Amino acid sequence: MSDPADIPAKALFVATPAVRRRLRSQRVAVVCLSLASLAIFLPLAAVLIGLVKKALPALTWEFIVDVPRKGMTAGGIWPALVGTLYFVTLSLLAAAPIGILAGIYLNEFARDNWLTRVINLAVVNLSGVPSIVHALFGVAAFVIMLRWGQSIRAASATLAVMVLPVIIVATKEALSAVPRSFREACWNVGATRWQTIRTVVLPNSIGGILTGVILAVSRAAGETAPIMVTGAIFYKVVARGDLFPYSINEQGMALSYHLYQISRNVPNMPESMLYATALVLVVFVLAFNSVATVLRVRLRRRKKW
Amino acid sequence: MTGNPKISLQSLSVRYGRKSVLRNISFAVPANSIFAIIGPANSGKTTLLKCLNRTIEIIAGSHVDGQICIDGLNIHAGGDVYSLRRRIGMVFPLPVGLPMSVFDNVAYAPRMAGVRDKELLGHIVEDCLTKAALWDEVKDRLDSLGSMLSGGQQQRLTIARALSHDPEILCLDEFSIAIDPVTTMRIEDMLVELKERMTIILVTNLVQQARRLSDRTCFLNKGELVQEGPTEEMFGDSNANRLTYDYVRGVFG
Amino acid sequence: MASTATSSLTVPAGSARAAHRLAGVRGVWWRRFWLLREWAMVGLIKLCGISSILFVTAIFLFILCEGLPFLRMGHGIHEFFATSDWYPTSQNPTFGILSLMVGTGAVTILAMLFAVPFGLATAVLISEFCSRRVRETLKIVVELLAAVPSVVWGFIGLKMLGPVIVRFTGADTGVNALNAGLIVGLMSVPIVVSIGEDALRAVPDTFREAAEALGATRWQMVRKVLFPAARSGLLAAALLGVGRAIGETMAVLMCTGQSIAMPIDGAFPYLHPLSSVGTMTATIASELGEVEAGGLHYRALFLLGSVLFLMTFIVNLTADLIVRGIRGKK
Repeated sequence: MSDPADIPAKALFVATPAVRRRLRSQRVAVVCLSLASLAIFLPLAAVLIGLVKKALPALTWEFIVDVPRKGMTAGGIWPALVGTLYFVTLSLLAAAPIGILAGIYLNEFARDNWLTRVINLAVVNLSGVPSIVHALFGVAAFVIMLRWGQSIRAASATLAVMVLPVIIVATKEALSAVPRSFREACWNVGATRWQTIRTVVLPNSIGGILTGVILAVSRAAGETAPIMVTGAIFYKVVARGDLFPYSINEQGMALSYHLYQISRNVPNMPESMLYATALVLVVFVLAFNSVATVLRVRLRRRKKW
Repeated sequence: MTGNPKISLQSLSVRYGRKSVLRNISFAVPANSIFAIIGPANSGKTTLLKCLNRTIEIIAGSHVDGQICIDGLNIHAGGDVYSLRRRIGMVFPLPVGLPMSVFDNVAYAPRMAGVRDKELLGHIVEDCLTKAALWDEVKDRLDSLGSMLSGGQQQRLTIARALSHDPEILCLDEFSIAIDPVTTMRIEDMLVELKERMTIILVTNLVQQARRLSDRTCFLNKGELVQEGPTEEMFGDSNANRLTYDYVRGVFG
Repeated sequence: MASTATSSLTVPAGSARAAHRLAGVRGVWWRRFWLLREWAMVGLIKLCGISSILFVTAIFLFILCEGLPFLRMGHGIHEFFATSDWYPTSQNPTFGILSLMVGTGAVTILAMLFAVPFGLATAVLISEFCSRRVRETLKIVVELLAAVPSVVWGFIGLKMLGPVIVRFTGADTGVNALNAGLIVGLMSVPIVVSIGEDALRAVPDTFREAAEALGATRWQMVRKVLFPAARSGLLAAALLGVGRAIGETMAVLMCTGQSIAMPIDGAFPYLHPLSSVGTMTATIASELGEVEAGGLHYRALFLLGSVLFLMTFIVNLTADLIVRGIRGKK
């Protein structure tokens, strides 16, 4: 073997046929991977473009604030939109406090024992329970056992159970980003566990928690199966632009359920109205999601310690 | 030692799970004195302080045996742990500026104890920051974030916070690590003055610091109490204990 | 400096003592209330902490209690699990869920045929071959993909994909197993991508560096080092995709065509992707609204729900144990 210094520098990096073959196979692989990803993203883009294109003719301010007319085939989606707001708000009112406190428990109090493992397992499985099983639970527990009947509150309670894991997981992660030394500093000066959480831990993780809550909003707004048997209704007479048309003891319309009904069970439905309804629902959900995403990215950038 | 001791430990043992950290520690700290605890790393000094204010109970798997008495009263017997912690000021080696304004950092403890009076809070903040030799540096920016101060400033902020609830006992765990020598000197002077008002426990790696400041010293090694006594005796040439003798002269190990 | 500190000791020191007294002045009752509040708050937190256990247990117990009486109503366990005729509303109702399970299986398999290879390919691309910027963007897109509501996916399958399928295959109807499979596959992609990417990320960088130091290309490194090292994580990703596909309701309800017959016939003795199928989830969703509470049909649907719960429970549990195993090792 000659001394390496004798070999011209260039020769050290010459691509042998074997190397070229490997590089070629790498290029082929990357192209294949990219094509596979495109196979996912392209249809999505096509679908979105198609959705927007076909929806635009019907998408007017009137469409948003008007009530459905002529057996759904004319008018707008106002009652469904407001109904969705009802479902989302009520379910969040129930799920957010419980979920946040549960997240606090898991991050601040839970020790490494069997109970904690069972709780974590329960959270994972709760988020994996099919939405129709949640619907069955809602029917059995809220509609029948609690005698709430098919109503907005029964449906909201069902949704609340469903979005609970989203909030719990987000809260837990947000809290775990706060350094432990902050808590110790508070305990050392005589602050109680709750005082510490309230004054130092929560204010410094509120962004992450909010992200979780917003994700829960978007999830609750899009769900259909749990509410279709617990509190959503096909049609309800509502005044145009009325902000509080429902009582929580009665059934209400919802955007997602409305879309399901008009796309399957209403004959002679104008195409553009169908697409417009779908687009409004998608925008509603994605808007919340985008807010959550932006919030998270912002928070990552602006650290206070 | 005259009168009743401020703090007395009787056969204190601590373990985390199966790992024993402190074994059978007994000593007494007289009131209004500076009591130094010296010893190599991992000898359980910090754990000892955590036992005093019972924050050790929050650590998973910790188990404490034995008795700690303050003013002759067992700290584990009744009373609420929060009043206990308010009687003790704690400064740990890593500076912690809470992510709130400097003012709020120092006013935190009084506020948590129920003080609402703005004027009083202002007094407390100024007083404590002055004692911690930080007032002149931050008096014009009390609104800036405590967690954004430099390391040394944060450490003094930590000291100010420990003084803010006017403790009877002040525990300092290697407080001078993040501070420059001049500031350290200032704080040391302050400690000597504070001795009139409180009992000070000083955990330190700097043997000379213990010698300069303390009235009594104890030497911990690997979770066991090697020797405890008046500082002059501990550091004196006639000390019969070989381990202590070597350690204070830096020829330990 | 020290002198200022010394001089200020006297006056404010008094006020600091005053602070202490003031806390005392607030009194025994205030203190008791304060401790009570602390105790109540911590209790509430602990209660909410175990709420998820309560809810999961409650869900299972409720649907099981509503469903189990079915077996005492003249229709045995054999009919339920081992026959394939689901005619709940006929004169002599029969409740065999075999065809529904086959339907769910068909949709799930078709979905996974689409989601697993494409999803994992995307995961590899995102985690190994992208710049930081592109990676963040793609991840956000994947997240948005996950956020699209299932009813919208159903709508897309029904109105947009259906006609396409009819045009390309000449099938009678666009709503069939293939349609549902593609849609559910697209819906399962995000979870496969994100869990798969996590699994690849969990492989220590030292593995990558060691492989590249030996002169392997990126792709060789992925094939020979990453895949074996992240095998169980990728399996978990696929399993979670399966769990999602089994439980999917609205999209399946709108895209499968809901023909509740065994999708197997003599002439074509395997599942034809262009045949309409009925799945467990869609059957519950479409029939639950019309049943009489406490009746035979009602109980059958709840029993079907219990089976569904157990299936997804086992799949998710397995996936979770695998994921946890990886984290434990790391």
